[in-house]
Amino acid sequence: MVNRIVVGAHYGLRDWIAQRATALFMVVFTILFAAAALGLPEMSYQTWSGLFRNGIVRFFAFLFFLALFYHAWIGVRDIYMDYIKPVGVRLALHLVTIFLLVGYAGWAAQILWRL
Amino acid sequence: MSEAIVRKQRPKFLALHEIRLPLPGIVSILHRVSGAGLFLMLPFLLYLLDRSLASPESFAAYKSVVGNPLVKILLLGLLWAYMHHFCAGIRFLLLDLHKGIDLQSARNSSRIVLAVSIALTVIIGVKLW
Ligand code: HEM
Repeated sequence: MVNRIVVGAHYGLRDWIAQRATALFMVVFTILFAAAALGLPEMSYQTWSGLFRNGIVRFFAFLFFLALFYHAWIGVRDIYMDYIKPVGVRLALHLVTIFLLVGYAGWAAQILWRL
Repeated sequence: MSEAIVRKQRPKFLALHEIRLPLPGIVSILHRVSGAGLFLMLPFLLYLLDRSLASPESFAAYKSVVGNPLVKILLLGLLWAYMHHFCAGIRFLLLDLHKGIDLQSARNSSRIVLAVSIALTVIIGVKLW
């Protein structure tokens, strides 16, 4: 019998599901992308960038990055919750992490769409 | 709302020199460590992807960066981190679906996760270099 008082804003379940959905997406993408990359006839700028110039690869690669950053946000926040108790420090880390991840998303878009 | 009853009689075993982390615990903490490590190294990984794709010149520069032995060791570590996080992640997803939650299967799957992620790291590492 679990005797627990459940409190809070209920974001826990949503994030829990999101972390698993993003994980699943990353697993599928990782396997397909690894197969495509390891199957390249040779590793040169032409073949490597050619892979990303393919619209489908680019589209799913970008989704992969978004899934990754969302996944990492939930994961890193869980780690802060376990080890960082002072509210101010935790809040500061949350902000830094969010800024970083949003910045990475912009960077990833630039890397992929400049090709 | 009912009062939570927290004070239960639980056995205590605090012989610290005899307590060791069981295999599933090792897989679990390494999953956290690998996730945190990957997170911290994201800027470096994005930088490498950026250089590898920007132009033929930047691709050549990228090649020389990843050719550095210290960078290679770092990347090999990150490859292992990804492989472990990946395999352990799949194991956690199966556990969430209540697959393999009895003690013996949980131990076996921990062993498999540790072995497979090291094997994949070696295979892909050899293939890349
Ligand atoms: C195919 C890729 C991946 C899969 C299958 C995966 C799977 C998972 C799963 C299932 C969890 C939840 C674990 C739990 O609640 O106990 C998790 C947590 C986490 N993931 Fe991933 N993940 C992947 C990629 C990544 C990447 C690339 C990063 C790094 C940026 C990352 C960072 C984290 C972090 C920091 C946590 C929190 C760990 C913890 O709370 O102990 N994950 N991952």
